[in-house]
Amino acid sequence: MAALTTDSAKTDPLIRITDLTFIYPGSVKPVLRQLNLDFHQGERVGIMAPNGSGKTTLFYLLMGLLKPDSGTIEIFGKPVRSEKEFENIRKRIGMLFQDSDDQLFSPTVLEDVAFGPLNLGKKPAEAKLIARDTLNQLGLEGFENRVTHKLSGGEKRLVSLATVLAMEPEVLLLDEPSNGLDEETKTRLITHLSDLDLSYMIISHDHDFLYELAQSNYTMKNGQLEPMERMHIHYHSHPHTSHRH
Amino acid sequence: MNITEPFAIGNSGIHLLDPRPRVVIAVLFSTITAVLQQFPPLFLAFALALFLVFRARLNPVIVGKRLTILGLFLTMIWLLVPLTFEGELVTRFWKLNIYLPGIVYSAKITIKSVTILLIFMSLVATMPITTLGHTLHRLRLPEKLVFLLLITYRYLFVIGEEYVRLRTAMKIRGFKSGTNLHSFKTTAYLIGMLFVRASVRAERVNQAMRLRGFNGHFYSLEDFAAYRSSGWFLTFALSLLILILVLEWLL
Ligand SMILES: Nc1ncnc2c1ncn2[C@@H]1O[C@H](COP(=O)(O)OP(=O)(O)O)[C@@H](O)[C@H]1O
Ligand SMILES: [Mg+2]
Repeated sequence: MAALTTDSAKTDPLIRITDLTFIYPGSVKPVLRQLNLDFHQGERVGIMAPNGSGKTTLFYLLMGLLKPDSGTIEIFGKPVRSEKEFENIRKRIGMLFQDSDDQLFSPTVLEDVAFGPLNLGKKPAEAKLIARDTLNQLGLEGFENRVTHKLSGGEKRLVSLATVLAMEPEVLLLDEPSNGLDEETKTRLITHLSDLDLSYMIISHDHDFLYELAQSNYTMKNGQLEPMERMHIHYHSHPHTSHRH
Repeated sequence: MNITEPFAIGNSGIHLLDPRPRVVIAVLFSTITAVLQQFPPLFLAFALALFLVFRARLNPVIVGKRLTILGLFLTMIWLLVPLTFEGELVTRFWKLNIYLPGIVYSAKITIKSVTILLIFMSLVATMPITTLGHTLHRLRLPEKLVFLLLITYRYLFVIGEEYVRLRTAMKIRGFKSGTNLHSFKTTAYLIGMLFVRASVRAERVNQAMRLRGFNGHFYSLEDFAAYRSSGWFLTFALSLLILILVLEWLL
């Protein structure tokens, strides 16, 4: 992991945000104010900031679900503005929503996980195979025919992650992924995420969770990202080994 | 709120049949049943429906429960129609006239509605709602309608849960429903809130779908080739339906 970070400093960033400003229509106060960020290949970044500081809004802007009032977003070396450009970006960046009920809209688990691959033009048989593989990879064997609305909160979160991973993204944006999970499910999620060979940004209020998964951390103040010195090291109860060096 | 699909999973001869002819036959069969006027073809239709339920090996207790709900409606018919459908007098009961056409009419409605319910239980309720959606899509129902069906099925539960949460929030603050202005106003807020939440949710679901490459087209995982050949079923069902129609015309 450490090697990746040093290499990445030399390459162009995967995501470069320059002077991004965003105001919700009908509001006067900008949620994001001239925000800047460089995010490199292989980086694992945590964002921890109070509710309402604009974390989710930042992710929505990165995915093109909201349009900035000013500033630029460059992804994979090119500026992205139009819906068409964002459509291509969405094939390479996956986002996990804060509420799993928004993410899982198909009646059954297999259909939901296969939804992305089918949209990417995969044949049904191939999409099924990808969906099964992704579920197995997350320890969700036998979940294929489960009905999504009957899953527990933790299961919904893991299946949501599967729906995103099935699209084989290069970058993950995770919005409060550990929210409402019990310790055991959280440990499982940490294991799966740290095993992935992906760059990601995690929004979380959970110190332990970010301590395990993020190499660098930001907070948000006045609509801008500020690096946090170093995570306060809370004692943590997981037997899981840290990736810190 | 509790919506279940007790018949959807099974491995009877009917469960394994291709869903497309099942849906087509169910629609055809129930339409024919609805327009029949003579008792012999009606009885034949009823017998065919019973046979299908039997072949689908449906749990008789659940079938009975579903029929009970229909029974309530039929009881109303039997209480009202024989008194109001004037014609040949059968008997006088206290001061009430009971007419023959009313009885005949009630009997026909009873047979028809029970038969149609049995047809749908055996042929359509024996597939999961998703399969039904994809089948309707294959049968050329507009994509948007099919999507509406599936999304409604998925989010009815979520909206139901939201309703329960809002109700609970009201109850723990001492709200009791009654017939006064405060009650009506509060209930109106509740319903309004439900709509607001549903539309906010719809927006987020739409965003989540776009993030996963949704572009308005509906791809199906359903592999219709995997079902058992339905030749015998189509032949059998169609010839009986023709027989029913012939009976109706001849009599
Ligand atoms: N759709 C919206 N319309 C208007 N204001 C909004 C909307 N969504 C969020 N906001 C406001 O923008 C601010 C940032 O929200 P959000 O990005 O969701 O914060 P966070 O994810 O950090 O909790 C909040 O003050 C919130 O009230
Ligand atoms: Mg948020």
